[in-house]
Parts: sequence; C-alpha cells; structure tokens
Amino acid sequence: MIERKRTYIWEVPIRLTHWLFVLSLAAFTVTGLYIGNPYLYAVSSKEYIMGWMRFVHFVSAYVFLMSFIIRMYWALMGNKYACFSVWFPFTSQKMKDFIGALKFYLLLSKKPPYATGHTALAGFTYLIVFLLFLFEIFSGFALYSVNHSGALWTALGGWMLGFMYLPLIRLYHHLVMYVLMAFTIIHVYAVIFSDSREKNGLLLSIFNGYKFVTGKEWE
Amino acid sequence: MGLFDENILPEMSEKLDELARKGVSRRDFMKFCTGMAALLSLPASFIPKIAEAVTGKKPIIVWLEYQDCAGDTEALLRATSPTVGQIVLDIFSVDYHETIMSPSGFQAEKSLMDVVKNNKGNYFVVVEGSIPLKDDGVYCCVGGRTAVDIAREVCGNALATIAVGTCATYGGIPAAKPNPTGAVGVKEAVPNATVINLPGCPVNAENITATLVHYLTFGALPNMDKLGRPYFAFGKRIHDNCERRSHFDAGQFVRQWGDEGARQGWCLYEMGCKGPETFHNCPTVKYNEGTSWPVQGGHGCLGCSEPHFWDTMTPFYKRLPNVPGFGIESTADKIGAGLAVATAAGIAAHGIARAISPKKKEEEDK
Repeated sequence: MIERKRTYIWEVPIRLTHWLFVLSLAAFTVTGLYIGNPYLYAVSSKEYIMGWMRFVHFVSAYVFLMSFIIRMYWALMGNKYACFSVWFPFTSQKMKDFIGALKFYLLLSKKPPYATGHTALAGFTYLIVFLLFLFEIFSGFALYSVNHSGALWTALGGWMLGFMYLPLIRLYHHLVMYVLMAFTIIHVYAVIFSDSREKNGLLLSIFNGYKFVTGKEWE
Repeated sequence: MGLFDENILPEMSEKLDELARKGVSRRDFMKFCTGMAALLSLPASFIPKIAEAVTGKKPIIVWLEYQDCAGDTEALLRATSPTVGQIVLDIFSVDYHETIMSPSGFQAEKSLMDVVKNNKGNYFVVVEGSIPLKDDGVYCCVGGRTAVDIAREVCGNALATIAVGTCATYGGIPAAKPNPTGAVGVKEAVPNATVINLPGCPVNAENITATLVHYLTFGALPNMDKLGRPYFAFGKRIHDNCERRSHFDAGQFVRQWGDEGARQGWCLYEMGCKGPETFHNCPTVKYNEGTSWPVQGGHGCLGCSEPHFWDTMTPFYKRLPNVPGFGIESTADKIGAGLAVATAAGIAAHGIARAISPKKKEEEDK
C-alpha cells in the first residue's frame, strides 16, 4: 500500500469562494436563461417575473464579484496551493505533469497525476475559468452600465462599450455561460473520476479541506 | 420677458404679428416655445428666453444631401413644430437645400458658395446622407464635385454641422457590410468640423429644431455623449421610457406576431426589440406630430439610431445577434446546446471507455 498522510490543503476562503461561485453561477444560469429567453409565462400584469429574475441576477453579480475579489486576494495571501503560480504550467516539470494529467483524463495513461493541490492541468484550467469569470464580470457590468451611469459602472465594465457594440457584448456574455456550463459538467466528472482512481478524498476535500497525499508528495 | 403679459417687447411683437399674418397664431408660437423647453428638459422659466431667442436674428442654414434616401428631408417636411414653412421662412433662413430649393444648376451651387464666402464661421450646415471616401469619393458627386470635397469646404467653415440621420452620423445603410463606397459619417469625413450627431432612420425633426433652438437660446451646442449625440435626445434608452416596459417587468411578452400578447400590447422583447440597446427619445417625443412610434404601432425597435445598426442589430426579429463565424442560421442557443450535448457525450464516452478497458491494479501503474 502507498503510504498516505491526511493533509490540510484547501483553506477556508478557497472553500467558501468555491461554494459562492457554485451558488451564484447556478442563480446566474437560471435567471440569465430567462432574461435571454423568457421561458415562464406571466398570467397577469400584477406579476413581476422579469423584475425578480433581473433582481436575483444582479444580486448574484455582487456576490460573484465579492467572491472573485476574495479568491484573488487569497491567491496572494493563502497557502501555496491557492497561489497564482499554480495556474501557470510554464516550467518544464509542470509541462510534464500537465501532459501526464491530460493523458490520464483522456484514458491514454493509467498513471494518476498525483498532486498535493491542483494538477498542472487543473491549475491551467482554472486560469482560463478565472479569465472567463472576469469576462462575465466586465461584460455583465457593461450591460448594467447602460442604464446605471456613473464612474463605478464605467470602471467595472462600461469601458467595454467604447470598442464593442452592445448586442455583441450581450451575445458573448450569453455564450460564455454555455462554456462555463460545459466546464462545470467536466469539472464534476473529473473530480469523481480522479477521486475513484486516486482514492485521495478529493471529492470531500472541497467540504473539509483535507486530502490524503502520498509520502512522495508531502516529503 | 413679456411673452405672457401685455408689455411685450416691440421686436417680438412685430415678429408675432408677422407670424400671425402667415397663419401662426401667438398661441401656436407659445406652444412651440413650451414644447421646445420640454424637449430640452428646461424649466418653464426658459420659455420666454426661447421665445426671445427664436424671434431674434435668423440663423442661416444650408442643407447638404449625399448617399441616402431623402428620408430625413421627408421627416423635416412633415415636422409640425414649427411647420416646415415656418422653419424655411421665419425662424431660420434655409439658403440651400437640394430637394426643396427653387434654384437649380450653377445658380444653386453659387448660392451655397455665397453662404460659405459671405458668412464664414457664421452659418449652420445640416448634412443628410453618408459621404463616400473610397476611390477619392467618386461615388457621390454634386455639380461635378465630390461629396467629401464639398463637405470639407462647407462644414469646415461652418459655425456647426448638424449631421442628421444614421447615414450622415455613422455611415448608416450605405456603410453596411461590405460598404462598397467606403461610406462614413460627417465627423469621420471632416474631422476638424464641429459636428453634432442626430442619428435615427429618419432623424426626428423635433430634435433638429430643438438643437437649433438650444443654440439660439444659449449660444452653444447642447451637451453631447461620446458618440457626439445630445443628451437631451439620446441620454436614455428606448427601453427606459418605453410605454410597454411594465409588461417587460411583469414577464408578459409577445411570442408570435398576431398572438394574444400582440393584441394586448405586451412587450416585444422576444420579437427582437432592440429597445434595450438603443438610445433615443422616440417613446417620449414620438414621430409625426407625436402620433405614434414603432413600439406603439406594435413593432419592436430596430435600433436604427445606433452606429452600424444594419450590421450589429440584425437579425432584427431575434433577441441575440448571429454568432460570428457560424452559418447565419446558427443562434447562440443552438451552439450552446451543442456544446452541452458534446460535453455530456464526451463524458459518457469517457465513462464507457473506462468501464470496458481492462482493469489493472494501482501497483502496476507505478
């Protein structure tokens, strides 16, 4: 048997922001799909469906933005598994790990990409995901800024209107939602797959913060 | 200021008598001044100032027309406050307007050049239609000169240029892809001119009048946004002042032309209305004597006053534009659904592949 050690990997801000992202993204998807294509039918003019959908969407936007800020702050202040550096697989060792992990997930290799925190592949994926998050924040606030004038909205996204037409911002804001949906599906599947192969408590680690890591990793 | 009392200024009294002889009563004149104050979002105390300003010296206007459909001239001819007769004869002095002037040929061109020569820096130009720049601008010539050549001389020496309609402001339909003539708006063709943009297809004549009245009253052009549009007319979206907005918030939408929602006058958002993307004062000012405007008539906004609306606001009857790079029938949702299905299929294939592949012990992997 491989010797394993229960190790604290994901600190509270990482787990907190993870679940805030989950909640706000779920709210965004439900309300955003309605805003894009109103699938519920109001039976009386006393209802306020679009109004509430937009309200929830905008409140989620603030939750999401705060969560994003906390996550970025913790990338500076947190442990080495939360650090910015895990997102960039540009050292030769990391490139090797990246390819190894890719092969593992594509079933080309049976060797699990043992990593204490993120694998190089996962880290790079989160870089892309965070960039998509950033795009959704900016494009969302750009759309919001058209009827909320002020320096804050301009800073948060209104500047996008200077070089991109409003309907296109709306379109890309919408399309990125689908990319994030696809990411979510792959992410959950990859976690379950990896957990079942590596038996390292990965699935539970996002709840309690602990993973079981091999001696080779924590030495 | 005397508009509302009996001690009215002698010059204004003279002017009002003159207007009265032409069938414009003092009451009509007051209505005009009040309407203008309302349009410019000014308090009632400005009404006498407006009355004084518009009865003062007649500003000279020349009207240039290039690549367009004369729709803005049509809109002007149908303006009621003031009627076009008043504009031409009384409040403004329109010295050149290809469509409605009586002179023609060299005589007409001379009257334009006379204005430029004799009133340099002291006249207004209204430009209607886009200006082609490709191949030295040969695609639009008037009296043997290219549009860009005339516009540089006339607009360059004017007090201010009012670009009316989407063609003159941002190139409009002639500039739609692939823009064969290299059409641009006035500001791009004549960068050194003082230009105020009044887009719209057609322009709302009330906004032209209000812009001129603003100049006469304050001696300055109204405040403009980054696209050179005055805030009084383009500060708010169609959506923000729409008469059907409450149906949007409630969630009551027209889903098909002629359905129950259409009969009830519900929101046209799902029918591709571009009100949420378009800045204009149509819902408040309306067209043709305030009779109606597209949404009131049961048709969504096409976003005609936004730059490059023909390219960016299409398809007009869909909520989102087509995805660049995909076939024109592809919509964002089809692509999104395809992406989700592809992801799910990929994962299913992955799971099956793993299940059927021969299992090995972890030790063997090492």
